[in-house]
Amino acid sequence: MEQLNAWFTELLADNAIFTANTLGYYLDGLGNTVRLVFLSLVIGLLLAVPLAIARGSRRKWIKWPVFFYTYVFRGTPLLIQLYMIYYGVVFIEGIQDTILWVVLKDAFFPALIAFTLNTAAYTTEIFHGAIKATSRGEIEAARAYGMSRGLMMRRIILPSAFRRALPAYGNEVIFMLHASAIASVVTIMDLTGAARFVYARFYAPFDAFLFVAAIYLCLTFAILYLFRYLEKKLLAHLKPING
Amino acid sequence: MKKLLTLTLLGMFLATGTAEARGTDEVRLAIDVPYEPFVYRTPEGELAGFEIDLGNELCARADLECTWVEQSWDGIIPGLLSRKYDAILSSMAITPERENQVLFSIPYYNTPSVWITRRDRDIDISDKASLEGLSVGVQRGTIRDSYVTQMYGDTLDIRRYSSSQDVANDLVAGRLDLSFEDYPLAVDTFHFNEADSEFKQIGDSIKKPVSIFGKGAAMAFRKRDEALAEKFNAALRDVYADGTFDELMHQYFDYDLSLPVGE
Repeated sequence: MEQLNAWFTELLADNAIFTANTLGYYLDGLGNTVRLVFLSLVIGLLLAVPLAIARGSRRKWIKWPVFFYTYVFRGTPLLIQLYMIYYGVVFIEGIQDTILWVVLKDAFFPALIAFTLNTAAYTTEIFHGAIKATSRGEIEAARAYGMSRGLMMRRIILPSAFRRALPAYGNEVIFMLHASAIASVVTIMDLTGAARFVYARFYAPFDAFLFVAAIYLCLTFAILYLFRYLEKKLLAHLKPING
Repeated sequence: MKKLLTLTLLGMFLATGTAEARGTDEVRLAIDVPYEPFVYRTPEGELAGFEIDLGNELCARADLECTWVEQSWDGIIPGLLSRKYDAILSSMAITPERENQVLFSIPYYNTPSVWITRRDRDIDISDKASLEGLSVGVQRGTIRDSYVTQMYGDTLDIRRYSSSQDVANDLVAGRLDLSFEDYPLAVDTFHFNEADSEFKQIGDSIKKPVSIFGKGAAMAFRKRDEALAEKFNAALRDVYADGTFDELMHQYFDYDLSLPVGE
């Protein structure tokens, strides 16, 4: 450990930009990015499951509002949504006196809300597509067993739909990680925020952004690896027998 | 005969060529718009302001043909180095970090920075312990950013914004307790000197330490363009010497931001 420390100090000794101080900014940024992306993905996922079921409902008054929501959030840039939720809400008269302000005052929650609503919209559509693609045979078989709609949804449709949605959802996770780079426009010190800070301080765009790009690559690699593992586990029944 | 004709033509061509080169040179000046009253757009869309007038005056005295290029602040030095323009005249303060990258003219003005808060707030900026946990908004990458980062990095919660208007928005909204802003920009954004303003200045105006606030604002050039910088230096000394600088200044400001040459 001591050796590693000495090696590290030596490595940083003749380096004007990547001092322990700036690396600290990057580390904080990493923490903020991971927290923001992870929370928005988890909440977005929880929202997306019922929404995806509702999206496929036969009743128009359930179906259309969900379609409208996904249409609006997939049809506008995430940056605009973030601006509206962060800067827009303060123009609502008297919002500072309501309980909502506790949440909206800080930059973190408006960003979390924007990211969550955005990823939930995309995930809803991904799951909706996967649910719609459930093969008729499975549904007929479930009916033949006398399953109710709810039971069929829980035991047959959703598990197979989740498996089918997995590759597309993995993409959505990676997109979300990259989309989170805009959090720094509302003063959150995420990874990109740290890079912009270092850039503005040392006027070294190449070093600052190259370094942060490497961190994003590592994160993406971890996500890829996780999803490959999940696919291998959950889609094992689709592999050729001799494969 | 033919040879003579060719030579004559060649001679004439060269002569006109040098005559052109000896005339007015073209210089592209970069500026971050708007920064009232230094630079702004008139309703007709024309660039106007103190630095536009000063720049045009300097160019006229240095016998240069100047055009203005708009460039946002955070890319203004990289843009100079990648030859998108030849000089920056955009209230850029001289700092040691920037001196590593660019060549500065002599400074032409310096403005103090001020702490701004809402009128209903009672904050004592000199009492560091009482500032614990308060938030301050600054424009990212400015010397005010450096100042609060260095002096208050462990007390204040520093939020960095892309534009000063965003800082003002969040101060109005109540997301920020403080703003640390350039004096002229603060006058323009917060109107804190007016009686019915929502904001007020607290503490003294800040100009020190020189290690952060620098020697003042100067034009910036690429390091190799020493001749060009010297032309502008001469023009600057000239506008200071004959009182033109003061005259221009009083058209736009009710306070003194001049830096007598040599200081």
